[in-house]
Amino acid sequence: MAFDDAYRALTDHDDDARWAYGTGFADPFAGVPTELPAGVDPADLAAYCLMLGDDALIMSHRLQEWVTRAPELEDELALANIALDLLGQARLLLTRAGQAEGSGRDEDTMAFRREAAEFRHVCLAERADADFAHLVARLLVLSTWRLAAFDRLTASRDPMLAAVAAKGIKEITYHRDYAAQWVVRLGDGTELSHARMAAAAEAIAAPAGELFRPHEVEIRLAAAGVAVDPSTLRAEFDAVLGQVLTAATLDPHIFDTEMYAPADCGAAATMPPGPGAPGGRPPSGRDGEHTAALHDILTEMQSLARAVPGGAW
Amino acid sequence: MTTGEAVFTETIERDQRVEPADWMPDGYRRTMIRQIAQHAHSEIIGMQPEGEWITRAPTLRRKAILLAKVQDEAGHGLYLYSAAETLGADRGDLTRRLIEGRQKYSSIFNYPTHSFADVGVIGWLVDGAAICNQVPLCRSSFGPYARAMIRICKEESFHQRQGYELLLNMMSGTPAQRDMVQDSVNRWWWPSLMMFGPPDADSPNTAQSMAWKIKRHTNDELRQRFVDMTVPQAEALGVTLPDPALRWNAEREHYDFGQPDWDELRRVISGDGPLNRQRLARRRQADEDGAWVREAAAAHAARRSGVPA
Repeated sequence: MAFDDAYRALTDHDDDARWAYGTGFADPFAGVPTELPAGVDPADLAAYCLMLGDDALIMSHRLQEWVTRAPELEDELALANIALDLLGQARLLLTRAGQAEGSGRDEDTMAFRREAAEFRHVCLAERADADFAHLVARLLVLSTWRLAAFDRLTASRDPMLAAVAAKGIKEITYHRDYAAQWVVRLGDGTELSHARMAAAAEAIAAPAGELFRPHEVEIRLAAAGVAVDPSTLRAEFDAVLGQVLTAATLDPHIFDTEMYAPADCGAAATMPPGPGAPGGRPPSGRDGEHTAALHDILTEMQSLARAVPGGAW
Repeated sequence: MTTGEAVFTETIERDQRVEPADWMPDGYRRTMIRQIAQHAHSEIIGMQPEGEWITRAPTLRRKAILLAKVQDEAGHGLYLYSAAETLGADRGDLTRRLIEGRQKYSSIFNYPTHSFADVGVIGWLVDGAAICNQVPLCRSSFGPYARAMIRICKEESFHQRQGYELLLNMMSGTPAQRDMVQDSVNRWWWPSLMMFGPPDADSPNTAQSMAWKIKRHTNDELRQRFVDMTVPQAEALGVTLPDPALRWNAEREHYDFGQPDWDELRRVISGDGPLNRQRLARRRQADEDGAWVREAAAAHAARRSGVPA
């Protein structure tokens, strides 16, 4: 590398190895078959990819909000890293959702042009963090659930979901480990940190239940060997959380309750109602039912993309 | 002259590296700690102007690139603070000096980012100027700093290319986007030239730093180099640099250019720039908000090792 002529870097365009991201969206899964698995409703597959993709996209947004305000420099790096991993997962899953529905919607159309009621993440992903304890509590719950789900999805009949899961497992293993370590340090730290960690865990225990309530799409796709029935993840989740909470000197059964109801997410009347849920069960984030927190996120996230129609970036 | 002094002088004269355990003059140690700390502070404060745009990035690819860039800056801060610690400094103490305004950071980060074009222009001009300043530091006489700079310069060159590529794309977009890019260039050009510091005649530390081979080129030499390299890039991009005095001088074989407003630089350095207070306030707030977390980690670690906190 010609260190004495920094600007040569701008002109030797044949040297793409020095670009961190290349000049375009390089498909990391080139070669993975993109055909839809036989006997699967494409609309179901698209909805399922949005569920997993939106969990990642929205949680990544909340992590991005921590940039320049982490408690320590090492955590700046770690939180940005986790946000980047989840953003990468979201891009692949939103792209897959667009392929499945056959609409031609790409990752950016999915992220920047959908309305709140079209998002399919759980409410825990969109929750604003009152403090660092809330952040690591949410990250522990979401990544424990996601790791258990991705572990099973490596055997999915959808080759793209299987590939995304296989790639994501290493990432999410680190996310869960990072969150667990902080939950333990804060729980078993000072009197103040213990109180804050306990309060955070308590505050998210009820909303966390939403992750395990199977949606009709999940049930149909699980029967077809494509998705995971989230109710089957409960045992692994309880075991992991029990272990971490015990080490953190917190109540190990705090997440055992299945008392989830939409009101636990603080679903506010300020949001237009989502499309609702079939069969009389209470609607959830998986149906497009969200809180005002999502409105704030989308106002921020979509503002520039929507303000410059036809823009080139 | 003591043996240590003789070895130090010979090391410098033979263009070799001074390592942390070697004898060095107190003045050299102080100067290196100050220089490395100010560089580290600049990386950390420098996360803010662009970091503000991560949550609003207009495509997911741009969001990933920007997030990775801001993360790289945190990483640069981390290795630079570590390099300063090899000289006996303490990261917590350096952070306190920063948030109490007792140590400086690069003045460029006191300017606001008004549009997403600023993300591209910061990559192209600000990171470009930083590279011009930093490439010679890869040959700094202090070993840990020189080695850190090699890695930092490589990453800065990614950032610069990514910034320039964003601007190329925006210039191919809508008329409003082209205006956004030109407006951004107009705002950042002069502050970028100021990044090389005051003119040589007004730069009190230059002579000693050159003698110690902490610094390899004068401020004015580096500024000229930056202008010479940037003008063709601006032409390729299709933007105008806002300097009526800018023209090729065939005799000197360099571009002639106007002088930045040095009074403005003095005001910004002395704390009176557009966003000095906000930048420090945000850093201070993060430090205060994180105190209970750091205390908890220390208490937990002490309990684990059986030593009271």
